[in-house]
Amino acid sequence: MKKFLSEKVINIKPSGIRKFFDIVSEMQDAISLGVGEPDFDTPWFIRDEGIYSLEKGRTFYTSNAGLKDLRKEISSYIKRTQNIEYSPDEEIIVTVGGSEAIDIGLRSIINPDDEVIIPQPSYVSYEPCALLAGAKPVIINLKAENDFRLQPEQLLNAITDKTKVLILPYPNNPTGAILEYEDLQKIAKIVIEKDILVLSDEIYSALTYKGKHISIASLEGMKERTILINGFSKAYAMTGWRLGYACGPKEWIKQMTKIHQFAIMCAPTTSQYAAVEALKKGDNDVEQMRLSYNQRRRFLLNAFKEIGLECFEPYGAFYVFPCIKEFNMTSEEFATKLLMEEKVAVVPGTAFGDCGEGYLRISYAYSIDNLKIAIERIKNFILKLRNIKNC
Amino acid sequence: MRDELLSILEKNSKIDFKELAILLGKSEEEVLSEITKLEKNGTICGYHTLINWEKTDIEKVSALIEVKVTPQRGQGFDRIAERIYNYPEVKSVYLISGGYDLLISLEEKSLKEIAGFVSDKLAPLESILSTATHFILKKYKDHGTVINKTTKDEREVITP
Repeated sequence: MKKFLSEKVINIKPSGIRKFFDIVSEMQDAISLGVGEPDFDTPWFIRDEGIYSLEKGRTFYTSNAGLKDLRKEISSYIKRTQNIEYSPDEEIIVTVGGSEAIDIGLRSIINPDDEVIIPQPSYVSYEPCALLAGAKPVIINLKAENDFRLQPEQLLNAITDKTKVLILPYPNNPTGAILEYEDLQKIAKIVIEKDILVLSDEIYSALTYKGKHISIASLEGMKERTILINGFSKAYAMTGWRLGYACGPKEWIKQMTKIHQFAIMCAPTTSQYAAVEALKKGDNDVEQMRLSYNQRRRFLLNAFKEIGLECFEPYGAFYVFPCIKEFNMTSEEFATKLLMEEKVAVVPGTAFGDCGEGYLRISYAYSIDNLKIAIERIKNFILKLRNIKNC
Repeated sequence: MRDELLSILEKNSKIDFKELAILLGKSEEEVLSEITKLEKNGTICGYHTLINWEKTDIEKVSALIEVKVTPQRGQGFDRIAERIYNYPEVKSVYLISGGYDLLISLEEKSLKEIAGFVSDKLAPLESILSTATHFILKKYKDHGTVINKTTKDEREVITP
């Protein structure tokens, strides 16, 4: 069979998370801090709207780019949160999660030999999607001393005459890093000067803990060269509903819609109806979840401080990215040992890029009670390691 | 800080001040001082525990009673409300809109005792015109908590 399979696909490295997933699944009573999705159920009023739409028999295809009402709500949401105007008819497409938007966002612009700049550590899909689109990924290694923010010099060094697009993933998975206005200004200046595009993955935009998220697309000269990707998975706890969206220049959206039309037809109809309600009435629920995440964030950071575990302070998403270099083990060795000895699963930083070596991703999409138990076990483990070191 | 603090305390009155301070990102002194203020000015009225008595051997029956009242001259409903809430078995008294004036919740050991309360203590009160008693058969949700809910984490163990 193997000889029939696509070489391009075979050559893509399998997810670094998969191996771990298999081990953790087999374990009884392991506490997993390795999830990338909210622990909250989708707010009831959103679920109710989804159920109602099924009762009403709304089970047909919607228009390719998505329900008109939904695109209107997305447009007004972006207007009120980012002050950017996107036309619901021509500049917005509703996709199957932010994941599809990333994929078709790349596929619609990549020509052979094009380069895609990908800052790491970051979400596992960017590199594979770039490769599948036929592009060459150019990796930038973000640094803890910069709070994992993309530095202008790093960007300049990575740009060549073949660079087509920069992927900008903030607030960031796995580090929890954010970019503030000054950071965005410096990046925008370079991007405009070098005339490249930006794919801005803002799926965690509603979950920031130091001022409001700012989209690079809101800066002058950026709207016409940026695809703004967002969705409902993280903010509204709708991961399984598979719904996201992309906003951008008319021509880019048009080509994305073309691929979407042939490969997908339309995003799930039930999810779209539910999402309209989410955007109309969900602000308060999102804020309550954000407050909860922030409490847990503070709890974890305080716990790490007490253990003496080095961790930069993240202001976005729901992850912390502590450093375990003091223990002279690889991230994978540490994570495996922690799992075997204390039954706590965390994700090795290397799952998100080679420069994640020496770090772990710990998710706080869990109740404080669960986090307390997990932290006790992590503390035990670290004390053991330090005793061994000192002997 | 105040709204978030009250929100946490409302759901978990047992939380210790150190943890509360960590969750709010404030110092323990600030948190203690705010709580003292709130207790003094009556914003925080009490710290209770929600108990599902059905899981114990103790018999309890609850009822909601709608009461129609002629308001007392010069005092509106306050005086009659006070005469009713003074009974410790009366757990809550609300002034409500609609067909009745007061809504009372009552907790006794048995159906007979509830009936006894209504006929011997409530109905004979001056200015009570009529009552309508509804026995609580099953509590699904009380004070914001779903009774007997089992939460299981159904997410995949690791996701990117």
